[in-house]
Amino acid sequence: MNTKTLPLKDRIAVDAAHRVAPAVLALLFGGFLILGVGFAQPSTLHNAAHDGRHALAFPCH
Amino acid sequence: MFGRIFLTALAAGLLSGIFIWGAHSIKTTPLILAAEVYENQGEAVGDGLHQVSPAAPAAEEKEWGPADGFERNAYTLLSDVLASIGFAFLLTGVIALSGRHVDWRQGIVWGLCGFAAFFVSPSLGLPPELPGMQAAELSARQAWWLSTAAAAIAGLALIALQDRTVLRWAGAGLIVLPHLVGAPHPEIAPGALPAELAAQFAATTLVVTGLFWMVLGGLTGYFYNRFERS
Repeated sequence: MNTKTLPLKDRIAVDAAHRVAPAVLALLFGGFLILGVGFAQPSTLHNAAHDGRHALAFPCH
Repeated sequence: MFGRIFLTALAAGLLSGIFIWGAHSIKTTPLILAAEVYENQGEAVGDGLHQVSPAAPAAEEKEWGPADGFERNAYTLLSDVLASIGFAFLLTGVIALSGRHVDWRQGIVWGLCGFAAFFVSPSLGLPPELPGMQAAELSARQAWWLSTAAAAIAGLALIALQDRTVLRWAGAGLIVLPHLVGAPHPEIAPGALPAELAAQFAATTLVVTGLFWMVLGGLTGYFYNRFERS
């Protein structure tokens, strides 16, 4: 969309709306990865990520 | 916008994940392996502090774990890269939400905020642990750790990303609050693990993780700026 003809206030609003959905999606995906690598309880995941968990100072064991 | 965030987080996360894996291999993994010797000695006399023990055959039969050496290092590479990409998505997501311009220099400052939220503040209550260290129940520590990191992120955002003074003070309060509540700790009894190892591990992870966040932040800023034009 060409937003250059809109007043500044509306341009900022369009810009924000355009940003929010992808940003929130990125936050959810990032949170999912961190919980999986650093916090998931199943012992297979724990053992695979063991040294990384310790070195990144996640609570372990 | 989605492509810009995705490519930035993937590139910055992958490169800094490889960086921190290298640093872990040289500096922290040897300390973890040294600590496991004491931990397994403790297990041999029936002190079950630890679930995983690559040197203990009984435990190995029960649950899968990577074999020491190449396989274990490969899984550490995988988990370091995935954690790093995860942090990169969080960092890029917050930068995108803020709507601010970043280049690599400002990216380093953003990265240091990530370091403060995901390492400095949680470590003040729950210092980096070596295998075999005495610690409170796991889910209580995980809950405190995650709440402390979340409070630090919200607090830093209130301080740096909006202009109302009252909310800035509220942000500072939010960062301090989990420390007033206090992290879960067990009664500490004399243990087998040498204090020198634990001290070395705490200092090493502090420096390595600090460098990691500066690299991640710098690369995130660089790619975010670069992919704006493409």
